[in-house]
Amino acid sequence: MSLDKTTVTAIAHLARIEVPEDELDHLASELSGILDFVEQLAEVDTDGVEPMTSVAAMVLPRRADAVTDGGYPDKILANAPEADEGFFLVPKVVE
Amino acid sequence: MTTALTDLTIAGALDGLAKGEFTAVELTEAHLRAMEAARGLNAFITETPDLALERARASDSRRRGGQIGSMEGIPIGMKDLFCTEGVRTTAASHILDGFTPPYESTVSANLIKAGAVMLGKTNLDEFAMGSANITSHHGPVVSPWRRRSDPGVDLVPGGSSGGSAAAVAARLAMAATGTDTGGSIRQPASFCGIVGIKPTYGRCSRWGVVAFASSLDQAGPMTRTVRDAAIMLGAMAGHDPKDSTSAPIAVPDFTKALTGEVRGLRIGVPREYRPEGLAPEIAALWDQGIDWLRQAGAVPVEITLPHTRHALATYYIVAPAEASSNLARYDGVRFGLRVEGKTLDELYRKTRGEGFGKEVRRRILIGTYVLSAGYYDAYYAKAQKLRSLIARDFREAFEKVDVILTPTAPSAAFGLGEKTDNPITMYLNDVFTIPTSLAGLPGLSLPAGLSADGLPLGLQLIGRPFDEETVLNVAGVMESAAGFTARPARVEA
Repeated sequence: MSLDKTTVTAIAHLARIEVPEDELDHLASELSGILDFVEQLAEVDTDGVEPMTSVAAMVLPRRADAVTDGGYPDKILANAPEADEGFFLVPKVVE
Repeated sequence: MTTALTDLTIAGALDGLAKGEFTAVELTEAHLRAMEAARGLNAFITETPDLALERARASDSRRRGGQIGSMEGIPIGMKDLFCTEGVRTTAASHILDGFTPPYESTVSANLIKAGAVMLGKTNLDEFAMGSANITSHHGPVVSPWRRRSDPGVDLVPGGSSGGSAAAVAARLAMAATGTDTGGSIRQPASFCGIVGIKPTYGRCSRWGVVAFASSLDQAGPMTRTVRDAAIMLGAMAGHDPKDSTSAPIAVPDFTKALTGEVRGLRIGVPREYRPEGLAPEIAALWDQGIDWLRQAGAVPVEITLPHTRHALATYYIVAPAEASSNLARYDGVRFGLRVEGKTLDELYRKTRGEGFGKEVRRRILIGTYVLSAGYYDAYYAKAQKLRSLIARDFREAFEKVDVILTPTAPSAAFGLGEKTDNPITMYLNDVFTIPTSLAGLPGLSLPAGLSADGLPLGLQLIGRPFDEETVLNVAGVMESAAGFTARPARVEA
């Protein structure tokens, strides 16, 4: 599987990662190399094999749907790059 | 005093503390001095000497009051992937700039409860993605070991827990925490000549550990002896309701498993781990390991794990897929780095473009691609099926054997700057450790000998789920047989 620059740009957009134009070619060839490598799995017959969904053989535990934590907005906002009056601040999203 | 305080094992130090031969403060001070003298290794991202001395004083006072935890007064390094309350946590990434967790991870909290004293946060590959500790935003870690033939070349400590491995090998910390997703405890342990165990998935809580690939990540101890690993694993492990994949089973006293008795135990030797081109000295070391166990009365049994050769490819779909999802949280809004943009979308793109290093970016992009519409079944679903087959190989093998012995890594440590031309070359470092991770099984690396060039080489023991006890016991027998006493070149006396 060979990825071209356009595809890499599209993936980078999906991942919300800005990639400088002059790095696209190199990145495309690196990613293609990795995809070529994992391509080998196609040769394994996996008909009738269930995909692994849980590493340990155990049932996911359940708990009561109750609020057990919270009530400290200052602590939560302490690491925010920009915050005001109990909110995270971001650029305007609605014109 | 005949032995330097920094040369003691955890077991030895606990003994000395109990007899009053020295205090936790003295022990901590000795390690802080060693850390300062060895800053050139870049093993720590953040040193916490004041906090360490405060906790050491508290430990001494607890001891006077008869309150003695299982690691009371033991100075340790903490991989900078564990969130530590009030202490900067970076995951070795630029994107976590300025992040100081307001909470303590469960594993580090368990260690505090056991009385351990944190010396600082150890360096690692960015977000634990790497096998040489060269992707850290805070610079590479240098191994304390040197090649005999070429002592001027700086070697890598392995990765991703490279800072932890280097710190323990260089006697800067008595032990350190590591995390392992595809070999990140075992491979650096092998490169640095120490013991490292990745426990069974679910044995240690992942709560508060910066996530890489959630179905693979496990925390574990890195120590200089098997007994120390048993002591520290006991302190780290335990059920935690805050991690839904944490196993609700009791933690045994792992040190009690170290009976030294392995007679009749069946040791699996998988033929797929002897690929064409395996370095002769690795193959010879493995044979030596088999022989030690045979002499101790164990029975080597050849086994087959037929899907081994597809494990690496499986991993390089599953791990990046989970990483791309986990790392979506770094958006420049709630914590860490923010690079301003005119729109919210631009802010995301610029923050993540600048905040992630090249290897992390590569893996997020691969993960995004294999999870994207139209490709999910061909890649991710296929890889999860392979994972079932790999786990089944192990299950069937464990019907015939009690523990499996393999090499830990295909080579000894390499030089800084080597193997960087192609990502796949670097990924091959973990070819022997990844299958265990995919199956969620416990795996331990112990130093078994030296390469012709004087560098440590490790052997790996793999156990049944939640049977770390057999793994540790067999490792203890091999440790005695190996008599590994070599010391790295760069240890300040």
